[in-house]
Amino acid sequence: MTPAYVVRRIGFYTVICAITLFFAVPMLWIASAPFDASPGLGVRWPDWTLENFRKTLSHPYALHSMVNSLLICVTTAVAVTAFAALASYALSRVRIPGRDALLYGLLLLSSVVTGTAAMVPIFVMMFQLGLIDSRFGVALVMTGGLLPAAIFILKDFVDAVPKSYEESARVFGASTLQILRDVVLPVARPGLATIMVWAFVNAWGNFLVPFLLIRSIEKQPGAVLLQTFTDEGGSANLAVIPVFSLLFSIPVVVLYLLVNSRYGFRFHGGIKS
Amino acid sequence: MAGIDIEGLATVYPNGVRAVDGLDLTVADGEFFALLGPSGCGKTTLLRTIAGLESATEGTVRIDSADVTRLEPGKRGVAMVFQDYALFPHMTVSENITYPLKVRRVAASTRADVAERTSAELSLHGLLERRPGQLSGGQQQRVALARAIASEGKVLLLDEPLSNLDARLRLEARTFLKKLQKDLGITTVFVTHDQAEALALADRIAVMQDGKLRQLGSPREVFARPTNTFVANFIGSTPMNLVPGVVAATPGDGRPVDGSSHGSAMGAVSLAGGSLPAATVSVPVGAEVTVGIRPEYLTLSTGDVSGPSLRGTVVVAENLGTMSLVSVDCDGTLIGVTVPEEDEPAPGTPVVLTAPAQRVLLYDKESGELLARQPAVVG
Amino acid sequence: MATASPPVPGRPARVRRPAQDVAGLGIGRAVGFLAPALLLIGAFLVFPAIWTIYIGITNYRLTGVEAVSPSIVGLANYTRALNDALFHNALWLTLLFVLGSAIIGQNILGFALAWTMRRARPAVRRTVEALVLLAWILPSTVVAYLWIAFFDRDTGTLNSILGTQGTAWLIDYPMVCLVLFNTWRGTAFSMMLYSSALQAVPPSQLESARMVGASGWQTLRDIVFPHIRGHVLTNTLLISLWTANDFSPFLLTKGGPNHESETVPVYIYNVALQGGELGYSSAISFLLLIANLLVALLYLRLLRRRS
Repeated sequence: MTPAYVVRRIGFYTVICAITLFFAVPMLWIASAPFDASPGLGVRWPDWTLENFRKTLSHPYALHSMVNSLLICVTTAVAVTAFAALASYALSRVRIPGRDALLYGLLLLSSVVTGTAAMVPIFVMMFQLGLIDSRFGVALVMTGGLLPAAIFILKDFVDAVPKSYEESARVFGASTLQILRDVVLPVARPGLATIMVWAFVNAWGNFLVPFLLIRSIEKQPGAVLLQTFTDEGGSANLAVIPVFSLLFSIPVVVLYLLVNSRYGFRFHGGIKS
Repeated sequence: MAGIDIEGLATVYPNGVRAVDGLDLTVADGEFFALLGPSGCGKTTLLRTIAGLESATEGTVRIDSADVTRLEPGKRGVAMVFQDYALFPHMTVSENITYPLKVRRVAASTRADVAERTSAELSLHGLLERRPGQLSGGQQQRVALARAIASEGKVLLLDEPLSNLDARLRLEARTFLKKLQKDLGITTVFVTHDQAEALALADRIAVMQDGKLRQLGSPREVFARPTNTFVANFIGSTPMNLVPGVVAATPGDGRPVDGSSHGSAMGAVSLAGGSLPAATVSVPVGAEVTVGIRPEYLTLSTGDVSGPSLRGTVVVAENLGTMSLVSVDCDGTLIGVTVPEEDEPAPGTPVVLTAPAQRVLLYDKESGELLARQPAVVG
Repeated sequence: MATASPPVPGRPARVRRPAQDVAGLGIGRAVGFLAPALLLIGAFLVFPAIWTIYIGITNYRLTGVEAVSPSIVGLANYTRALNDALFHNALWLTLLFVLGSAIIGQNILGFALAWTMRRARPAVRRTVEALVLLAWILPSTVVAYLWIAFFDRDTGTLNSILGTQGTAWLIDYPMVCLVLFNTWRGTAFSMMLYSSALQAVPPSQLESARMVGASGWQTLRDIVFPHIRGHVLTNTLLISLWTANDFSPFLLTKGGPNHESETVPVYIYNVALQGGELGYSSAISFLLLIANLLVALLYLRLLRRRS
């Protein structure tokens, strides 16, 4: 226990403390303000009340926007999972001509064509297709954007499933449909569940696409509505904003915890919420 | 039950590699047949070609006299057990066993009966509702076998059936497997790289190298009379001694060998500073050969011996359990000989090695092929 | 039963082979499996990327005559971009943003966390990692508001801590705010990446260094960095790409005040939808696409070389 050692330990813990505070402090507001009878923008020990929750729930658009988010995100998640599953299975198991080039292209696409870069043509395209102000349109765009990375993640997963399962079923006379239904789908379930959650979480937090494409307030998903609250001229509605932020974050955090406890965190490609 | 006929089979991969190169062989009905060889020799490719998982580029495969070369894997009447058993993890043992029947839309009640019956046959009582993940390695293997049996195929294919088990379990499973096949009487082909396993289990063995068949024969034939040096090297837990030599005498020429007037009725070959009797009927005197003699067939003695023999000094002795493998330095060449454990000599002891003529094999120096008309091994 | 056909010696069998893949899908059906995904990707990723080239050479606008019948103006939009002071401003700000929050901020903080957490107690490690990851997974609009609250002039937490009530951070120092915000938000990725990269450094080499008495800094410099050099480069490329394309600054400052924090993504939005200049903003989007492409190609080349 030399003095140098002690100094180093103190230094270590100071650094850890500083970093922890750096990350924790900005988050404190969302833990205190929702329950505060007179919420401000600073962090303070709240004057405990659930009044803000009541106000939020009776807000004309708050809950409704969460429903919109749900609609859009579930559609996106299901579509992404279904289409990516089909594509990744085919890419993993069948020697399609041009497969490697296709995979490389997908990888490039997912990183290069970001929401920002495609913002203008997507807007114009949806405008001309008459899909502006359509939640379905939003889901379509997000699905297209998430598919390349989803295919990659799932293909990795399918590659890791031993081929002997399918071969065994085949030797025993199972048809392709039987093999896919009885053997591949059940074994791939964990991977499919992960992708579904990943797509959902990405879609839930996505601001740009619905911001771009949806005009009417009753179709806005939560991500955009929150921004609208803060824009209300004059004083922002501080009774609703913190509560809404909290409620809006909960599904994402819960889903993340669920997936993380089972399968560990996964980062891939150029997709960030 | 059915036999398998393979004619002129070749499987060529897109990169030009001939994994199976012009193979002809026949597996008799009810036979326990082994495909043996080092990794990359094409044995697994051959098995998978019989199953239909890989397509032959040339030649034909017949099962039960029907040409199945172009047939879908599921329609060949073949049952297969994979090296990793391929038990479906989301199905119970019962569902796994009866899956081949489910594919054929057999009624559930029949399937239940089959599950009961086969699990009893394979000592899987009480495990029917478990998942594969809850079974031991040996149990998993038996479930895989049960599934293959339940599918009522004409032919059973096993890909390295024992390699996934630990050493102790492997021996038990070996006996189990042999008895099972005998009871069922089903034509079985299995792939292995373990020569001891092939010798123990098979009725006949096909030794393969680089896609070609190097020798086809019973375990005894392949062990005692390998037809080329590759097989000689590959078979046998203790390596066969393969030593350069020169033919010293042919039968009946009365030439004295090693200073002894013991005119050989057989011929003799000089090697490692000494000589051994050998049937050298069609090989001329003076020809250079490779001499093959198994350590198990050499006799070691410390006293004096008449007739062709090898003299040397003991270098090391390795304990093999009930036997010892003694390495003897004969004129610069190390010759291995096995002796019973009680007779193990100390290093440095001068010894004499002899062998019966019919165990001494002569191989062509270049090609490694077995030379000479030598009497077949009896028994 | 199959029909018995006489064997044809030497002729390669190419007729009516059963499908080669393990489930018997066959190439035809496999392409069918691919089709829906490729269709969507084609429509919403590939087509927009290509179409932006076309729109970029027109004078298409949101309103007015050019909205109904735009005409081709060739490279006029690009020459305009060359001379556009606001565009240069956006480029410069984006550079600052990427440099500050990604290249320096997330990288260094992420690495520092990965390095120090290696030998921390499990409870400490789990807490810190949970916080850092929480910052990553919270929806961007929520995070933006958290920081708006944090930076608030009158009651914001930052001013409370520093005792500088009355400083309107978002107005006076918008880029600083953005850099802090994005560093906070994105460190998780670098932390996880460096964490696994550090785990791949052979422990025996670290122990050898310790045996010869190397200090922490020397170990870092001589043993660790050579091993993770490749990771540093690829990570930096990736997070820079993401940061340059990040639209979140809009949520905090909308590019203001007076274009002081108008990074390229915000600039594109403002030009296109506030200004209504779809043709011009397409040209800029295309430039962004090219930049992304170059970085992505470099990134993939480096990845391939490393594996």
